[in-house]
Amino acid sequence: MIVEIGHFALVLALAAALAQTVVPFWGARVGDGGLMAVGPSAALTQFALIAIAFAALVNAHLTSDFSVLNVAENSHSAVPAIYKISGVWGNHEGSMLLWVLILAVFGALVALFGRALPSALRADALAVQGLISVAFLAFILLTSNPFERLMPAPFEGRDLNPILQDPGLAIHPPLLYLGYVGFSIVYSFAAAALIEGRIDAAWARFVRPFTLVAWSFLTLGIAAGSFWAYYTLGWGGFWFWDPVENASLMPWLAGTAFVHSVAVMEKRDALKVWTIFLAILAFSFSLLGTFLVRSGVLTSVHAFASDPRRGVFILVILALFIFGSFALFAWRAPKLKQGGLFAPISREGALIVNNLLLTTSCATVLFGTLYPLALEQLTGEKITVGAPFFNLTCGALLLTACFVAPFGFSLAWKRGDLLAVAERLTVALVAGAVTAVLGAAWLSGGSVFAPLAAGLAIFVILGTLIEVVMRVRRPGLAPAVALKRALGLPLSFYGAALAHVGLGVTLLGLAGLGFGAETIATLHKGVPERVGPYSITLDWVGERVGPNYKEAATSMTVRSGAAVVAEIAPARRQFAARQMTTTEAGLATLNFGQVYVAIADPTPDGDVPARLYWKPLVTLIWLGAGAMALAGSLSLADRRLRFGAAARAKAGGGSLAQPAQ
Amino acid sequence: MIVHIIRFALFVTLALGSAPALAVQPDEVMKDPALETRARTLSEELRCLVCQNQSIDDSDAPLARDIRILIRSRIASGETNDAVRAYLVSRYGDFILLKPPFKPETVLLWLSPALVLGAGLAAALFARRRAPRTTPALSAEEEARLAALTGGDTTGG
Repeated sequence: MIVEIGHFALVLALAAALAQTVVPFWGARVGDGGLMAVGPSAALTQFALIAIAFAALVNAHLTSDFSVLNVAENSHSAVPAIYKISGVWGNHEGSMLLWVLILAVFGALVALFGRALPSALRADALAVQGLISVAFLAFILLTSNPFERLMPAPFEGRDLNPILQDPGLAIHPPLLYLGYVGFSIVYSFAAAALIEGRIDAAWARFVRPFTLVAWSFLTLGIAAGSFWAYYTLGWGGFWFWDPVENASLMPWLAGTAFVHSVAVMEKRDALKVWTIFLAILAFSFSLLGTFLVRSGVLTSVHAFASDPRRGVFILVILALFIFGSFALFAWRAPKLKQGGLFAPISREGALIVNNLLLTTSCATVLFGTLYPLALEQLTGEKITVGAPFFNLTCGALLLTACFVAPFGFSLAWKRGDLLAVAERLTVALVAGAVTAVLGAAWLSGGSVFAPLAAGLAIFVILGTLIEVVMRVRRPGLAPAVALKRALGLPLSFYGAALAHVGLGVTLLGLAGLGFGAETIATLHKGVPERVGPYSITLDWVGERVGPNYKEAATSMTVRSGAAVVAEIAPARRQFAARQMTTTEAGLATLNFGQVYVAIADPTPDGDVPARLYWKPLVTLIWLGAGAMALAGSLSLADRRLRFGAAARAKAGGGSLAQPAQ
Repeated sequence: MIVHIIRFALFVTLALGSAPALAVQPDEVMKDPALETRARTLSEELRCLVCQNQSIDDSDAPLARDIRILIRSRIASGETNDAVRAYLVSRYGDFILLKPPFKPETVLLWLSPALVLGAGLAAALFARRRAPRTTPALSAEEEARLAALTGGDTTGG
């Protein structure tokens, strides 16, 4: 019964979304305030209905109701409760339902906090948001219904894929979707601005919080996913340039460019057309990512054909929203008024360079991902575009962007002095160069990337910190005054600083990998094996039984010299329901680095074939990403960016430009 | 990433049954560390032909193991890395190379970053040329507002 209520609520949500699309849009055209006011109510109704549907599906999973096809195929009564819940989105139908739930959450946020907006803009934005909902709700109801019943109900479910029985699944997809789908709001507002033919700093001020939320979640989502892969897959790889990963990286790159350009637009009223373009681009890549992942077109062209209804349906949605918005852009963008003059050497100029590099990397990822598909279709020739291609091309572009970052952060708005900035950054430049040279000497002829990245990382971190100090301290200034100046700086300044430092920290973590060590060996009980600065001894091998698996377990001691620094317990788990084995890596964090041990099945006489790794600074990769996400929320807390600030600023600020900072 | 992980898991089940092994195994490693390093460098550039987007260095597939062993026997018999790579390409095609070779079919791919960056730069310069060079004059309304704010003294700062 609850399942049918969920299904029915989803159908009603489609109706609400239709109303949200048509009524406010019509209201905005004829200037009827009453019709426009339907938008927020419809958005809130739609959210409530989808929440009911989602709760119904969660309930079905929690109670292991195997009469529901989705539960029977993706759950098992013996699975721990947390994985019963995360199993809801560990499959196609459930993850699409999560997608529309988050879409509705963002629509509801606009309905609740958008009162300060011009009513026509809000009506149009909600209408576009509603249209996205209509498309995806129809997709779910027609091709991917999670509430489909199974008669007769099986006695037991087919179990959740063991690799997905991990906290990683509980947090990675929701975070990623909050990011992906968060860009829908930005997209809707861009489309609304184009329909209205008007855009200004107030628009940027309203859109920016949503951008920051989406960007921060996307950053966290990607980081969580890569960390999950790192400890799950058993060889410590965390990024494979896999098409599915690329699908999440593209919106992130476009979104990062957007976060920067919208700041220019808000503060300087410049780059308007470009910002709108990026807003459309960021969500288009989110849609493309959804299509690539959900249609299975990348895994193989045949997987696409095996369920053509889904693939074709999403392809139509994709074409509608991407081409529709770009057509609207081509038609309306020339009418938008440009403003905000600036010299090439200025913060605006540096941000344009940043945007060029980020969008070019984004395009490179797109080309690299789709090129093999296109080539095979056109000529029948099969090629592979793998990690070495992306490391070379995107690596070069993104390292250049890192190099520009401290300059952009230190240059003044409107007209900057590059020489003066270079002088301020001298210490950081020298420290970076020294790091790179020392690193290269240490590796003596090894990889070029690692020392270069290490040097750049030091430059980015120090360069950013120098700028923060320079803003606060002047020679001869009393500490109390300096403190007051520090407190007086806007939070968004600290947000930007923290994001750049986070970028440097992540880069340092990546560089650290070049300085690691790896040992492949068969471990004998009591015989130490060296990896990097540590030695690892196998102490015990045995069998254990878990709730829904049995495992070959080991315990090992990590020593530095004679001193014991950690105990690890790598294992291999056998899941009976799906006849699958997973590798549980043994991990020990030592000074930001990690000892990583993955084992194969023990031999009958108790020896364990294993791969041992020492990965210095590896945790910095994710700590840096965490800092970037935190930076997003720090900027979000800035007083000027709070929801509703747009109205106050508009009333008080008038049409006078803000002074340059 | 999820799909990567699922796919990996599925692959492991399908290809290896219940007892998957590790990627590079202790019994494969060559005695001479210099030769082993060469073998590892080479195997990181080669695609596992039966997996999704994995190098044979990372893969657990039996075919990947066979190619790893093949590489090592050829290196041991004195072949250069280039010769081994050329042999594998002649046998499996360019598909086996994770980094596609530069040739007519891939020119567009390799040049795409430069083309996009160039187009972006051109667009930025074009937009700059079209933009007005000087700050537009204030409208009458803005003049009046400025006058009100500065107390009539529009010449001062």
